[in-house]
Amino acid sequence: MRSSTGTFQSVLVLGGSSEIALATVTRLVSDGTRSVVLAARNPDQLEQTASELRAQGAAIETTPFDARDFRSHLPLIGDLFARHGDFDLVIVAFGVLGPSDPGSVTPEELLEVAETNYVGAISATQIAASLLQKQGHGTLVVLSSVAGERARRSNYLYGSTKAGLDAFTQGLCDSLHGSGVNVLTVRPGFVKTKMTAHLKPAPFSTTPERVAAAILAGLRKGSHTIWVPSVLRVVMSVLRHLPRSVFRRLPI
Amino acid sequence: MRSTLTNSREIELAATEQLLTGWGLTSPSRANVYDPTRVEEVAAVLANSGSRGVIARGLGRSYGDAAQNAGGEVLTMTGLKGVGKIDRSTGEVTVAGGVSLSELIRELLPLGRFPIVTPGTRYVTIGGAIAADIHGKNHHHDGSFCDHVRSLKLLTPSGEIRELSAEKDPDVFAATAGGMGLTGVILEATIATMPVASNRVWVDTQRAGNLEEALAAMVSDDDSYRYSAAWIDCRARGSALGRSVLTRGDHAQLEDLPVSERESALRTAPEPRVRIPVSAPARLLSRTAIRLFNELWFQRTPRQRRRDLQSVFSFLYPLDGIADWNRLYGKPGFLQYQFVLPFGQEGTLTEIVEALSKARLVSLGVLKRFGRQQRGLLSFPMPGWTLAVDIPTRFDGAAALLDRFDELVAQAGGRVYLAKDSRLRPELLKQFYPQLERWKTIQSELDPLGRMQSDLARRIGLRD
Repeated sequence: MRSSTGTFQSVLVLGGSSEIALATVTRLVSDGTRSVVLAARNPDQLEQTASELRAQGAAIETTPFDARDFRSHLPLIGDLFARHGDFDLVIVAFGVLGPSDPGSVTPEELLEVAETNYVGAISATQIAASLLQKQGHGTLVVLSSVAGERARRSNYLYGSTKAGLDAFTQGLCDSLHGSGVNVLTVRPGFVKTKMTAHLKPAPFSTTPERVAAAILAGLRKGSHTIWVPSVLRVVMSVLRHLPRSVFRRLPI
Repeated sequence: MRSTLTNSREIELAATEQLLTGWGLTSPSRANVYDPTRVEEVAAVLANSGSRGVIARGLGRSYGDAAQNAGGEVLTMTGLKGVGKIDRSTGEVTVAGGVSLSELIRELLPLGRFPIVTPGTRYVTIGGAIAADIHGKNHHHDGSFCDHVRSLKLLTPSGEIRELSAEKDPDVFAATAGGMGLTGVILEATIATMPVASNRVWVDTQRAGNLEEALAAMVSDDDSYRYSAAWIDCRARGSALGRSVLTRGDHAQLEDLPVSERESALRTAPEPRVRIPVSAPARLLSRTAIRLFNELWFQRTPRQRRRDLQSVFSFLYPLDGIADWNRLYGKPGFLQYQFVLPFGQEGTLTEIVEALSKARLVSLGVLKRFGRQQRGLLSFPMPGWTLAVDIPTRFDGAAALLDRFDELVAQAGGRVYLAKDSRLRPELLKQFYPQLERWKTIQSELDPLGRMQSDLARRIGLRD
């Protein structure tokens, strides 16, 4: 259960190798979380982080999870809920960037990005949401991106999947109003991680630790959407309203 | 005496989905809420409960999540009414579980009687009073609520109605007193009452310049008063650390009243006239506002006042005059932390008061000297010092501070009150409540299918 001071006793991460998710879980554990399940494509790679978290007193389970194996989502997530009792917080944090030039994407690469970031994400999110609803309480955190707010010519494949996911979580959040389940949509800007290591950081870039801090602050406040860094809320609003001819010429 | 309930006709009772919280307005969860008016309806809900179980709910005055049940069912018991006739020889009265102490007092006072133990509000149900084994300003004199429950009728999770008392079925009685509703549903209770001559109390007020003075005054004089509690200024520092106002007294006799008021001596108070609107802005209780309030209030209180006549309602139930006062804390809500430390641990008490003062989280607290140990296996009071403070949840650092206090309280052999709790972790529960294992054994014998569940039970592992 979630305590009145905002401690989440038990947490499920779908996409457990995400640096943002791991930074968030690290903070949650130091704030009092005692049970974490990390579901990821390669759970053995998580053993080191798991040991560090166990040293802080939390019970950590790592388990396989394949975003693109849609049929496995319900049995897998359902089984986790059944075995662990209630989850107070579910974090959906998986995604792939795709090729740096969307124009030259192969059919396989396109499917990978679309299926992982959009179909897989909404599948997992929907399943988690209905299980949280059945338990009458809980919070969903979904990693979206500012890339979804307006498609850029350099990034439209990734951007479109985040746009779709974001619309899904916004609608889901509203539909769950009054059900005891809250949804927090996180829109980071450029985050310096292994996924973006090969790219030049965009303006207003941030780090996984800062995103984690913003997520915890958003959870405390009961926010439904947060931007990291927060200035991006205004920046994106401006960008969204630029005339097309200006926007398409921006070096972003 | 045992009897099993059978459904003789179809029960039609619809549930509504509601988001429930405790008095602190924190940690909402959704449940199917039933409003039964008859015992048969209660039994039907219990018999048909799903995997998330059921919990009974009274007037929702628990500060935390004791009377809510995420994803499960909740029985609002306030529809089960009825106050029986007072037994003239014993002064005992049988009351349905859903009757509030306010309603009971309204029946008793005109007859010159009063419940022996009541908490800081009269808006709690009989069932809630038993399940939380509530205590009041007279604990040092009269113990807790269940000390005066001669017998009670419990609807067990298996559907039988059991009559419990300290003599008959003492184990289940001890598990139900303070058992947070997890042994079943309390249908009715026979409680003792005491004679009173008026609706007034006479009160001695005195100031203590610091914590040591307050404790000394309570040790030396509490036994001359039926009621005793101190308002402690949790922001005072240095030599004034723990400065308090002690208010102590007893029910007034007729002779204590002015002649003109003796005829209406047993009249009850009207319902509250001031209401706080839904979600007052949280700013109303900013740190500055709290500091100013403290100063004004403390300075306004006389250094000493003797045998001052007050309404028993404003003395015993000071905040009842403002309906929904919990809304003053705004949407983020607040939490209450109440602990008890055994005598001899005054050093730990000082340490906690000092830490509270430094953190500037809290304005007023209530400090009291407890009397006896209670029979209930999970009952809170023990001989020692109890302090209760309200903390707005939006203040940073509250979580870590209270976790630290838990450790201090556990080391000192004290405990935290479950009826006020909304953030305790399971780890220290066994230290706080040494009878926990015995309680769990009795509870699981009564409830092998796990029908009785609540958010509190889940959070602190009461049913693990």
